[in-house]
Amino acid sequence: MISYHQITLKVNGETEVVNVPANMTLLVMLREEMGLTGVKNGCAAGECGACTVLMNGEPVNSCMVLAAECDGAEVITVEGLSHNGQLIKLQEMLIAKGGVQCGFCTPGMLISAFALLKRNPDPSENEIREALVGNLCRCTGYVRIIDAVKASVEK
Amino acid sequence: MLYRRQARRYNTYKRKKTMLNPHPGLPEFTYVKLASLDEACGFLVEHAGEARLISGGTDLLVRMRDKAFKPAYVVDIKGLEGTDVLAFDPSSGLKIGAAVPMNRVVAHPDVQKHYPLLAQAAKSVASYQLRNRATIVGNICNASPAGDTLGACLLLGGRLNIYGKDGERFEDLVTFFKGPGKTSLQPGEIVTSINFPLPEKGATGTYLKLGRNKLSDLAIVGVTVYGFPDKMTESGFRIKVALASVAATPLMPPVVETVLSENEITEDTIQEAANASMDACFPIDDVRGSARYRKEMVRNLTRNAITEVWGQLQSRTENGLEANR
Ligand SMILES: Cc1cc2nc3c(=O)[nH]c(=O)nc-3n(C[C@H](O)[C@H](O)[C@H](O)COP(=O)(O)OP(=O)(O)OC[C@H]3O[C@@H](n4cnc5c(N)ncnc54)[C@H](O)[C@@H]3O)c2cc1C
Ligand code: FES
Ligand code: FES
Repeated sequence: MISYHQITLKVNGETEVVNVPANMTLLVMLREEMGLTGVKNGCAAGECGACTVLMNGEPVNSCMVLAAECDGAEVITVEGLSHNGQLIKLQEMLIAKGGVQCGFCTPGMLISAFALLKRNPDPSENEIREALVGNLCRCTGYVRIIDAVKASVEK
Repeated sequence: MLYRRQARRYNTYKRKKTMLNPHPGLPEFTYVKLASLDEACGFLVEHAGEARLISGGTDLLVRMRDKAFKPAYVVDIKGLEGTDVLAFDPSSGLKIGAAVPMNRVVAHPDVQKHYPLLAQAAKSVASYQLRNRATIVGNICNASPAGDTLGACLLLGGRLNIYGKDGERFEDLVTFFKGPGKTSLQPGEIVTSINFPLPEKGATGTYLKLGRNKLSDLAIVGVTVYGFPDKMTESGFRIKVALASVAATPLMPPVVETVLSENEITEDTIQEAANASMDACFPIDDVRGSARYRKEMVRNLTRNAITEVWGQLQSRTENGLEANR
């Protein structure tokens, strides 16, 4: 028998109250209940990182989190990074350095890199690589993405 | 006629649909969050065989998607008393609650200072995102012989705090693993934390992991080595090894420890210990590597890991660090 849960959470700053079935993941809730399709479903198995969102300030694979576990949580998706249509520097640099090709990995990449810069404002190349291990990209070969993260912290 | 054709078409469609969806959604279940260990334990006893605990869910949800597990109830341990604790006490050691994600353990200054081996092993698990959910106790309860933190937890003297219907009990990790996915846990029992004594004076260690790619994969072979000065031994040191992915449970071949404490430690004795370590394991062939390959890798990684630890032990003894730790 499946259970339903009424949860209250903050998504990109807005308080939402939703009724979710027990087997719904945070990924499916964000995409299908809230229309936040920036969150991508790549593997649904914790491997690819396309579904990465911030949960209480830390990046998680939203395909590996149950929506029911998110009562009281604060979630930020790629849609919540920019403000009033103004991209953050990390996003601008990712475009400028050619770190976006098909774009499927980009939202997860941005969230992981954003979280890295929050906990470590001046990361070394190795630290950038380590932080992005869980984000696969089949197009760019990673170098441009790493360059973009580096460029976004340069003064 | 028409009906039959439509049915056929529908069947093809259904087949294609399952083919196109290699990662199906989660099956139906009831998610249960209870207020106390007592209630959770009571619930597990009442629903023995149909309830499973969830901590980070990074193993459980994968198994449920694969239909390997079909629990009717998924009981959350997060929020139960004591499972959120991460504390170091200079007189008694370290306590890691069952719901503490690995990243919190890795980032803790006392873990970095006193148990760097544990931080190193935890950091080798998957990716940063996954480690925000995955827990050390989950890694242990999952009881995969490939679990990356198991070797460090065993060698550092880990002891589990277990809550059951008769109250609390403790169990040394050495006796906990019974086979792949099998532990000594009884129905209704919940691991609430893992505890470590203070590390030995002057101790050091390392974890060498061979995965299919450089980072974020399950170990084909994993070798943990932990060593410390010990005046009671012939060599003046005690060096222990734990092996991952080479038997049904994590392996701690005592013969390696014996070779390295009863003889002066030289390149030759290290090689002898590495050979003994290879002979002690009985790996299987699987998608990640053949048994023969695994055996050779155990020998090489054991040699490299012991050499690294031995180097650190020597330089510490020379610098007198051992005395003022
Ligand atoms: C993409 C991916 C990559 C991975 N890479 C690695 C890797 O490199 N190395 C590695 O070792 N592992 C890896 N794993 C496996 C997994 O992440 C780890 O084993 C993790 O430590 C499990 O912790 P958890 O809290 O998520 O466990 P859960 O999935 O919540 O639980 C695991 C099992 O233990 C039981 N359980 C949980 N908590 C308790 C408790 N308190 N008392 C009793 N039983 C309990 C559950 O019922 C379940 O059967 C990977 C998984 C994924 C999805
Ligand atoms: S969709 Fe979540 S990690 Fe791939
Ligand atoms: S840009 Fe296509 S996957 Fe990264």
